[in-house]
Amino acid sequence: MSKHETFYDVIRQRGVSRREFLGFCAVTATTLGLGPAGAMTVAHAMETKPRIPVLWLHGLECTCCSESFLRSGHPQASEIITSMISLDYDDVIMAAAGDQAEEIVHDIIRDYRGEYILAIEGNIPLANDGMCCIVGGRPFRQQFDEAAKHAKAIIAWGTCASSGCVQAARPNPTKATPVHKLVSHVPVINVPGCPPIAEVMTGVLSYILTYDRLPELDNQLRPKMFYSQRVHDKCYRRAHFDAGQFVEKWDDDGARQGWCLYKMGCRGPTTYNACASMGWNEGTSFPIKSGHGCIGCSEEGYFDRGPFYERLPDMQQWGVESNADKIAVAGAAVLGSAIAIQTGATLVKRILTGKSLKDTPIEDAPETPGNQK
Amino acid sequence: MPKFIPYHRMPEKGLLPAVMVYGPGIRIWHWLNALSVVVLAITGYFIGIPPPSAIGDTSSLYVMGWIRLLHLAFGYTFALLAIMRLWLVFAEGGISHQLFLPAIWRKVWFDGFLRQIQWNLLLGGPLRYVGLNPLANVAMLTMFVIPGAIIILTGFAMYAEVTGHDSWQYLLFGWVTMLFGNTLDLHVFHRLAMWVMVWFSMAHIYIAVREDILSRQTVVSTMLSGERQFRD
Repeated sequence: MSKHETFYDVIRQRGVSRREFLGFCAVTATTLGLGPAGAMTVAHAMETKPRIPVLWLHGLECTCCSESFLRSGHPQASEIITSMISLDYDDVIMAAAGDQAEEIVHDIIRDYRGEYILAIEGNIPLANDGMCCIVGGRPFRQQFDEAAKHAKAIIAWGTCASSGCVQAARPNPTKATPVHKLVSHVPVINVPGCPPIAEVMTGVLSYILTYDRLPELDNQLRPKMFYSQRVHDKCYRRAHFDAGQFVEKWDDDGARQGWCLYKMGCRGPTTYNACASMGWNEGTSFPIKSGHGCIGCSEEGYFDRGPFYERLPDMQQWGVESNADKIAVAGAAVLGSAIAIQTGATLVKRILTGKSLKDTPIEDAPETPGNQK
Repeated sequence: MPKFIPYHRMPEKGLLPAVMVYGPGIRIWHWLNALSVVVLAITGYFIGIPPPSAIGDTSSLYVMGWIRLLHLAFGYTFALLAIMRLWLVFAEGGISHQLFLPAIWRKVWFDGFLRQIQWNLLLGGPLRYVGLNPLANVAMLTMFVIPGAIIILTGFAMYAEVTGHDSWQYLLFGWVTMLFGNTLDLHVFHRLAMWVMVWFSMAHIYIAVREDILSRQTVVSTMLSGERQFRD
């Protein structure tokens, strides 16, 4: 692989026409919100900049991120993107195996020190010296540390790498730890979602290639262009929320009419993701559109915020099925009983001691108010 | 009215002269604040658990919209009232600082605290104070002031989610979301703080009435006239 080979060279060799190439650039520019001139910026970058070598490592994960990435919507996008970045190592899709494959990792770290992008899918289990995830006969932790140390930037694919996801759910027996907690000197981009939307993944990569810098990130290290709005903000059922029309049961008339799924536990109002605007599978649909509430898969600790079909999450600190309102009712009941008991006891005491206002002799009252006895 | 009346317990017997403890600002604040707490609790409850679905045409209905508008408008009111309350400590004095600063370092205060607990367990007699009684003071701080601060912080943090990254709300309160990570927790804490305030309201109203009846001093009418009068 020549260091100066550009993305454009590669796709021309593959028989993609210039017309198709410019079409891809236009779609990418639009996805990234770059405006009409952006297409040419993208095209120029692809024609002139050397391809970025990418190491794609898999930790404790389920490969749903890769599955999503390979289904990137725009025609040929998966092919284009996989040639755009020089995906030198990805054990899911590469042909090499064994020592030969592991050799590639070493070569890239050695040859492209400080220049390659490290894409991490899944997270790093720390319990038992990392024995819960073994890659190439060694704990994944070791491979990750070696690769992370000399990377230009790290992309943490999916909720696993961003915040832990299912394998970090309580009690987190393998001590699965997200990427950004283990890296200090290399910039990290979190691209959460279980999995992230394919076009979001390719969009992040395209941005890095086009501008040779990382996209603007929010305070949880997520690219603002895709994660600055909640699913609720762009939801096409939002009008039913504002109107106060909710699905109350899965088989009621509201469900048939496509009313808001808020009462069915939809996490749209607390989930930052681009599902409602970009959609999945080439914009075909997204969970709410197919009649199921959002489960908030791109949020930190979402798996511990169940049940997914109830508005209020369980608060297991106070018992398995308690939630904020049940705690409130219990507290109010205790307080109400205390009030009733105290009032009753006061009355009983008054009756028993025979003390009441009538017993106060009128003569004892001082004649002038304010007169101290 | 003198500036900063410190914690002071009155003799247990005798008819004492009335003392002015609340200026007009504090009294107006109290009742406006009570109104906004009631509106916020009701609308807030329905934002979390909405009322039964409205029937009709979506284009002409705006039930949740109006509930949210009321909640947001009174949320701003509540926050501005909180600022006003802090300002009144210095502007009006009296006993208004005691709400934020119980005199826990003073032995007489702590003694009063224990006596007040005894009185509520029906051991010992009622006590009279110029300002807040120590037990009420602790309850107001832990069940009203602190939850109130949490409600304002988490409330504006949630509002920042609506107004977006470029808003002043995000600039001032966006960091609060960071403390929670998952914004669902932010919502749950907001709701829990509301429930604590509902508990406080239950205890507060009950105790105010009870003390007014049993403790030979005015409590409820003090918040209307500003005067604490003592009966024999």
